[in-house]
Amino acid sequence: MLRYTLLRVLGAIPTLLLVIVLAFLLVHAAPGGPFDDERVLPADVEANIEIAYHLDEALPKQLLRYLGGLVRGDLGPSYRYRDRTVSDLIGAAFPLSLTLGAMAMALAIVVGVSAGTVAALQQGSYLDRTVMAFSMTGISVPVFVVAPVLVLFFAVKLQWLPAGWSSSTGASRMVLPVITLALPQIAYIARLTRASMIDVLGRDFVRTARAQGLGTLTIIRLHALKPAMLPVLSYMGPAIAAILTGSVVVEEIFGIPGVGQHFIRGALNRDYTLVLGIVVFYAALIVLLNLIVDVLYGAIDPRVRYR
Amino acid sequence: MSLLDNRMIRVSGGILLTIAVCALAGPWISPHDYLTTDFDRQLMPPTMTDAQIFGTDDLGRDLFVRTMLGIRVTLLVAVVASAVSLVIGVAYGAIAGFVGGRVDAAMMRFVDTLYALPFIFFVILLMVVFERNFLLIFVAIGAVNWLDMARIVRGQTLSLREREFVDAARLTGVGTARILLRHIAPNLIGIVVVYVTLTIPQAILVESFLSFLGLGVQEPQTSLGALVDAGVNQMEGASWSLLIPAGLLALILLCFNFLGDGLRDFFDVRHTN
Repeated sequence: MLRYTLLRVLGAIPTLLLVIVLAFLLVHAAPGGPFDDERVLPADVEANIEIAYHLDEALPKQLLRYLGGLVRGDLGPSYRYRDRTVSDLIGAAFPLSLTLGAMAMALAIVVGVSAGTVAALQQGSYLDRTVMAFSMTGISVPVFVVAPVLVLFFAVKLQWLPAGWSSSTGASRMVLPVITLALPQIAYIARLTRASMIDVLGRDFVRTARAQGLGTLTIIRLHALKPAMLPVLSYMGPAIAAILTGSVVVEEIFGIPGVGQHFIRGALNRDYTLVLGIVVFYAALIVLLNLIVDVLYGAIDPRVRYR
Repeated sequence: MSLLDNRMIRVSGGILLTIAVCALAGPWISPHDYLTTDFDRQLMPPTMTDAQIFGTDDLGRDLFVRTMLGIRVTLLVAVVASAVSLVIGVAYGAIAGFVGGRVDAAMMRFVDTLYALPFIFFVILLMVVFERNFLLIFVAIGAVNWLDMARIVRGQTLSLREREFVDAARLTGVGTARILLRHIAPNLIGIVVVYVTLTIPQAILVESFLSFLGLGVQEPQTSLGALVDAGVNQMEGASWSLLIPAGLLALILLCFNFLGDGLRDFFDVRHTN
């Protein structure tokens, strides 16, 4: 297990490095300087700015400086918010994004696994087909379509829930964003659970358990759930990436001051260091969470350790 | 058994075809164009008079024509981007699968590494850094979506490689490139068709996502994503300007996914027979 974990950790490092270097080079390949589109500056002022941001150095040296900063958790200064560093901006916004994402993920796992299991138990029934039709819709329809339509019905027409993000609305302002983020993941997880549950329920050990007189719920709880969860567990990596992507849209639509909103503002304002910092931060987060999922998978299913 | 015996393929294919025909013919039949603003007719709800069946937007532009134009752009991006990912994915996968051994292992390790990247963020980064033009959208989306295709094609090639007809071709002195093109490639068509159908909705998703964020297709041009974005800003007074493009986008994505599923069933049946 230790060997497996170490190999996984070592495998994640080149991925992370590739992301950082690729993103860094992409940003520095941008035609023109980051301060070009403002009023024209005197040449000596511009030279001073370039020195201040180390833009006068050779590219490899800048890259090394950036990597060195990363090790210390320093993502450099923001080009637009002059008095704040990128790490500050991300650090201030991340707890909110994390709360939303974690709640959406928890909701998706609970609802998705339950719906998938129920559908598997009643395979071919009306209920099963309803769950699957909903699941196909949830997978196909993008977050930025679901979110405004939900807002239109539940906030504008019915006025049950707040549409925006003001402090006066309390916890109810979390409801629509979390549901929007969770919906596509509920759909995927329900589909995955249904397929693997049908597979597991057909195995010999389930038949044996049934022959011993165990009830359906007991069989699911004691025997079927764990093996059926393996495909769902390996889907957690993509699910995390999808929730991060979705949070960009959800934060924009609901006006939530999280990391995703900084990303969009940064992208539209050409705040290169901020956008680069968020890409690096998200990539590191995804790689790290994937690593945790991999290690967990190895702990639950010993077979993958020896592949 | 013909393709049209499958109800899923028939219905979703029929809807897509209808939408495509409307998108091509609609702007040509309608008396309006996508650019002309009319400040006497801002945010008009859908009406039969004057053929403004989708209403108008906040600048008084005809939303039917704009929506049809948006569908055109969306479908065009999807098809071209899928073609890009098809070429990259098939070439990469076929070579990895056919050569096999260490080359295959290294090539697939690279694909695994790319899988872990948050690609959508890279696409956004690309759009931020470079001028937003159509060509870049095509290439960026195509470059994102070839990984699945490469994996599928590689798996298929790996099993085709061991078949007798490939041995026979090799024994009669046919070169590697020719074996790939004449003997392997035709046998990949079924599975490639299925996965292209499933790549198209992904490409549509990325394009409309970018346009929704204001990073994709730029005004006065439009796409379904940009129309949804405009609709969000007007939804309190003019819900149709959100619901129509959102509904059409959802319908198109749903149909492509159903079509892909149907095609997969169809080709699977043939394989097992």
